[in-house]
Amino acid sequence: MRINGATTVLELEPRVSLLDALRDELGLTGTKKGCDQGACGACTVLVDGERINSCLALAVQYSGREITTVEGVDHPLQAAFVANDGLQCGYCTPGQICSAIGMLAEHAAGAPSAVTEHLCEPDPELTDAEIRERMSGNLCRCGAYNGIVDSVREVAVAEQLR
Amino acid sequence: MTTAPARPDAPPTGTSGPYVGAPVDRVDGVVKTTGAARFAAEHPYPGLAHAALVHATIPRGRVTWIDSAAALAVDGVLAVITHENAPAMRPVKTQSVLDLSTLVPGSTVNHLASDEVHWDGQPVAVVVAESRQIALHAASLVRATYRELPSTVDFATEKRNALPQKKSVVDPGRAAKGDAEAALSTAAVAVDHLYTTPVHHHNALELHTTTAVWDGDRLTVHEPTQGIDWTRKHLAHRFGVPVENVRVIAPFVGGAFGGKWHVWAGTLLTVLAARVVGRPVRLVLTREGVYRTVGGRSPSEQRVALGADADGTLTALIHTSVTQVGRVGGGPEPATGLSRYAYAAENVLVEQKQIALDLVPNTYMRAPGEAIGSFALESAIDELAHELGVDPIELRMRNEPERDPIDGRRFSHRKLREVYALGAERFGWAGRSLRPRSTRDGRWLVGTGVATAFHPANLFPANVTVRISADGGVLVRCGLHEMGMGAATAQAQIAADALGVPIESVRVEHGDSTLPAAPAASGSTQTASIASSLLAACEKLKRSALALARGSADSPLRGAKPAEVQARDGGLHAARGGETYAAILARAGRSSLDAAVGAERGFAAVAGQVRFMSKFLLDRRRWVRAASGAQFCEVRVDAHTGEVRVTRWVGAFDVGTVINAKTVASQLRGGIVMGIGMALSEATVVDPRTGRIVNPGLAEYHVPVHADVPPIEIHCLGDPDPTMPAGVLGAGEVGITGVAAAIANAVHHATGRRVRDLPVTLDDLL
Repeated sequence: MRINGATTVLELEPRVSLLDALRDELGLTGTKKGCDQGACGACTVLVDGERINSCLALAVQYSGREITTVEGVDHPLQAAFVANDGLQCGYCTPGQICSAIGMLAEHAAGAPSAVTEHLCEPDPELTDAEIRERMSGNLCRCGAYNGIVDSVREVAVAEQLR
Repeated sequence: MTTAPARPDAPPTGTSGPYVGAPVDRVDGVVKTTGAARFAAEHPYPGLAHAALVHATIPRGRVTWIDSAAALAVDGVLAVITHENAPAMRPVKTQSVLDLSTLVPGSTVNHLASDEVHWDGQPVAVVVAESRQIALHAASLVRATYRELPSTVDFATEKRNALPQKKSVVDPGRAAKGDAEAALSTAAVAVDHLYTTPVHHHNALELHTTTAVWDGDRLTVHEPTQGIDWTRKHLAHRFGVPVENVRVIAPFVGGAFGGKWHVWAGTLLTVLAARVVGRPVRLVLTREGVYRTVGGRSPSEQRVALGADADGTLTALIHTSVTQVGRVGGGPEPATGLSRYAYAAENVLVEQKQIALDLVPNTYMRAPGEAIGSFALESAIDELAHELGVDPIELRMRNEPERDPIDGRRFSHRKLREVYALGAERFGWAGRSLRPRSTRDGRWLVGTGVATAFHPANLFPANVTVRISADGGVLVRCGLHEMGMGAATAQAQIAADALGVPIESVRVEHGDSTLPAAPAASGSTQTASIASSLLAACEKLKRSALALARGSADSPLRGAKPAEVQARDGGLHAARGGETYAAILARAGRSSLDAAVGAERGFAAVAGQVRFMSKFLLDRRRWVRAASGAQFCEVRVDAHTGEVRVTRWVGAFDVGTVINAKTVASQLRGGIVMGIGMALSEATVVDPRTGRIVNPGLAEYHVPVHADVPPIEIHCLGDPDPTMPAGVLGAGEVGITGVAAAIANAVHHATGRRVRDLPVTLDDLL
């Protein structure tokens, strides 16, 4: 498996999820388990730059794919989360950060969301409503949503200026 | 009055400095955003085995036959533990206020000690295996048959059999002044309605999990708990080992909200399983397993009746409630608690009743009592305002009490007039139409609503040590709980200001029973309780440092008296000059200075507990202490579909001193977000025939998501409560109170439809 730029050889039962492989076999515990059912987003990782719920992925299917977990992330979002208090207990945070990275890439590629007014618009503006809609797969029970949206907006604006 | 970021103008002694009140970044922000923070299920152990639970499928009865053969035949299964082969745990102790750890058992059941089943979901077996996957698979192969006994599981049909709640020192359950029923019957204007709230679940994102490691008769447990010390004592008792032999570790807890206060079945059974297999064992409950073995918030039916003169002066206030407990545990939900203090009615009656059902015992959930009680009371006051044709804030202010309406106690810090004025100004309340359904924006019916937030403030004894080292570093040691509140950050700020050192030089060690014991993190008490001991410890430390310096001929502090000394710039300073702690220690040839507060053991600890309880009760007789606030919101209701969107929120609060403007605002927002869920989507559905929870997961129990939450504006008065340590009233729970009422009131304003049963859903509005 290719994880955070390194290659690891693992022998796993076919029923082991990518999430359990990361946490239990590789000790990469930054990726969290909140439901094991694809309902909370705490286990979000990036596969070839796209966000997925690693609890719904079988590890054996991801052989050879480029997997990035929070441990492999070095992104301005992390500092923005701290500055904007986009976290409380910190349990959903790695998933929120990985999800936001994937979401910004989706947006940059022109993907619309359920609240995008004109589906054919090539470059939908990343409004707060768009951020909230696109991040709604990542639950935060502490309710740090305002700070998370502030962080994502801040980083998105900074990236556009760059 | 200030808004977040807030700075108190006149902070009490010990909190004057650059950090208290400032929006300081969390001290653990970096480890939490890089994945480096290790939660309970994230500590590796060689030979770690994994456990899975098998849950009972009947609400009450006996296991007549349990077949482990198929599970044991699976490769990698180490043990299947049932009532037929489980080693005995000691039964739970009788509850006593002199040993608060006796309050933590989630139920009175002695798990796997007998064939008895007390609720659907109670564990009847534990499977231990080489991997989590094997354990879960094998658990699915365990077969049990039951002899079912008659059970009662349906709140809706059983509530008519409710009995008055037993009186306790913390919750009398009933209070009365005058004859409220008589006054109601003769009132010029009256409202009298029933309000209902469903079962709620905490749904902390971190699943309940235990890792238990035995080394002879020494036990180490990684457990996301809100009460390290009491969990430790409880485990020591249940497993018959000395308290000193048990270590409970929980530096980071992935959300709790009350759900991780008690010690539940999974914790005990993991410790038991580790003893059986002689290896470290980890259990991570499934999300469904959390619902089936960890209690939630009791459902309620509440009656609120208000009678008033034509000018809106309240003559009668009646608030009664029925809630549930488990037949094998749980406690009263003080739903009427806030109605004792809310309004200056001439005649008041509050009374709580409860029923016992064959369900997993209920437990505390964020603002137990006030969260759901405020929905009923603050909806009713809005209904009365509507009947009278007066502004709902005006009606509240006309009935704002000067003292406790029932027994005349003083309020230590009653600032509701101020928070309403602040909130109304920030929200733009003035000029609001009293008429429902008066604003429409395209397909949206727009309404605004308001409600009072209220949560009592309390204190518990805490043990803290502080050390200053020769390099100027400060180490605060306290077994406090960090579950998202920014607990370590707040105490680091307090210590930095009290000692006059940069916050970067303060380190707080927390979340471990080897540290001086903190009280459980509950009741919004943690910050104030620990601040009390921490400030005292810092004071001791400064006196020790001064004692070292003032006797030395070379010190600029020579002969200085404590009263003239200021702590700043990393040391102590008097009129003739000062020096750093590092310089004081270096001259004295000391590597460090230490101070401890409250680290009592044995008889002294019991005496301390007695002293504390008497002060606690005395204080309660003297003062009504509480955090409070005013919740303002705007909702938009789709005129065609009944969809409700919360589009604007302003919360104005009195939480006493704001220790950290950033994290306090976050905690209050978090409470409001959970309240939005309570108002619009959250409900645990219990099958009335079988007592089984039918929606035990995050796909079926709907907590608010990003799209449900508007920008939430938070304002705090920032004025210290003169009777509380550091002036802190607590911010963890007051945020959720009043939220559901504000939303229901706004929905009424938008649509003309009054919804008295939570959650407010589309079908209520079509």
